[in-house]
Amino acid sequence: MTSTVPTAGELPADIPDFPMTRAAGCPFDPPPTAMAKQQEAPLAKIRLWDGSTPWMVTRYAEQRALLADPRVSADITRPGYPLQTAVAPGSRSGTGSFILMDDPEHARMRRMVTAPFAIKRVAALRPAIQKIVDDLIDGMLAGPKPVDLVDAFALPVPSLVICELLGVPYSDHDFFQDNSKVVIKRDAEPEERNAAMAALSGYLDDLMGEKLAAPADDLLSGLAGRVKAGELTRQEAAQMGVLLLIAGHETTANMIALGTLALLEHPDQLAILRDTDDPKLVASAVEELLRYLNIVHNGRRRVALEDIDIAGRRIHAGDGLVFATDIANRDPEAFPDPDRLDIRRDARHHVAFGFGVHQCLGQPLARLELQVVYSTLYKRIPGLRLAAGLEQIPFKHDGVVYGVYELPVTW
Amino acid sequence: MKVILDQDKCVASGQCVVAAADVFDQRDEDGIAVLLTSDPTPDQADDTRHAAAVCPALAIQIQE
Repeated sequence: MTSTVPTAGELPADIPDFPMTRAAGCPFDPPPTAMAKQQEAPLAKIRLWDGSTPWMVTRYAEQRALLADPRVSADITRPGYPLQTAVAPGSRSGTGSFILMDDPEHARMRRMVTAPFAIKRVAALRPAIQKIVDDLIDGMLAGPKPVDLVDAFALPVPSLVICELLGVPYSDHDFFQDNSKVVIKRDAEPEERNAAMAALSGYLDDLMGEKLAAPADDLLSGLAGRVKAGELTRQEAAQMGVLLLIAGHETTANMIALGTLALLEHPDQLAILRDTDDPKLVASAVEELLRYLNIVHNGRRRVALEDIDIAGRRIHAGDGLVFATDIANRDPEAFPDPDRLDIRRDARHHVAFGFGVHQCLGQPLARLELQVVYSTLYKRIPGLRLAAGLEQIPFKHDGVVYGVYELPVTW
Repeated sequence: MKVILDQDKCVASGQCVVAAADVFDQRDEDGIAVLLTSDPTPDQADDTRHAAAVCPALAIQIQE
């Protein structure tokens, strides 16, 4: 077995750069180079922007095992952590939050915001979300066409929902949407990203001040209560607010727009969804689209704390790990015929929300929003179609989160 | 079938409740999972196994 453990001198010269590029004309499929690496081995060396060469974990089983392994750390400050981008001088991480910490500190902070995302609490939001979706569709139907579905629908739905949940005024949506876009852009300059983060942090800090003075029935006021009780600093609370605000609108917006595009390109699947009243089939379609599209396409980042032997290889302490969940969700061992979009398949075990203790906190809310959207939009606008060729659609190849910048549609 | 839940490991993802709502619930104060029964009926067995399989924190153990 030791002969299969590569040392620095034996590393192949053709280590591919990461992130990798999708094939032209295949906007829904992971990069072919990544899929080829998955076929070759469960671990592959990749080269990042800074020249470092962490492991890319390619297969479903190994990704799940390692993401749930306590010897694997999410602490961005540890040596060897595979950074997404350059970190500007003076900033610790760009997003100093519990998603970049280990237990017990991570668990302590996460548990302060888990209650509002419990299944029953989220399910109670269904009528409010349905109304938001219906009102926005009413507006689209009454307005001019073609219309940009991102601007008119995909972005407003989750933004309105997360504003309501957190207690953020929706009238500030241009401000937080624009700054969030910069924060999650792969090629944003470090200074640019820092400025956007600082703007969002300052905004949330001001809001925290308001919630401290006049608490309301919302998540930020709950955090303000913890600040008063001495469980959190005001800065930590504001930072958690930034995380929840960004994560709460950008990701779901991309799933709405890209999911709609994928369905329009798979009319047989769209027809099944449009013609059903079965909530289980709608839920199944949501899971399948989450699997198939896996919009968080930049790889979940970790670093090994100890030597770990897995799949005949040795990961050394301090080795960086990049979990390409997009290709794990196309692993034929976990999903037969993985490149086929099939909303009837059981895809519930996908890793689009990650795996391990850092798995997406907001997933119940994301699922509910997508279930309401996918079960409403195509029924109410049955003639929905693209108002441009697929080749004209601007994809977010440069985003930490994949999607489309615009989706011109008509009906 | 016997279900064992480790609440210290739980990260409140709620996946178990989605998979098997008759077997799992969540605490109001922090969303941490609780067992409604540690002895699922035979017709709850598949959902319970699925809950254990999708738990991101590997907090659910099943003794068949």
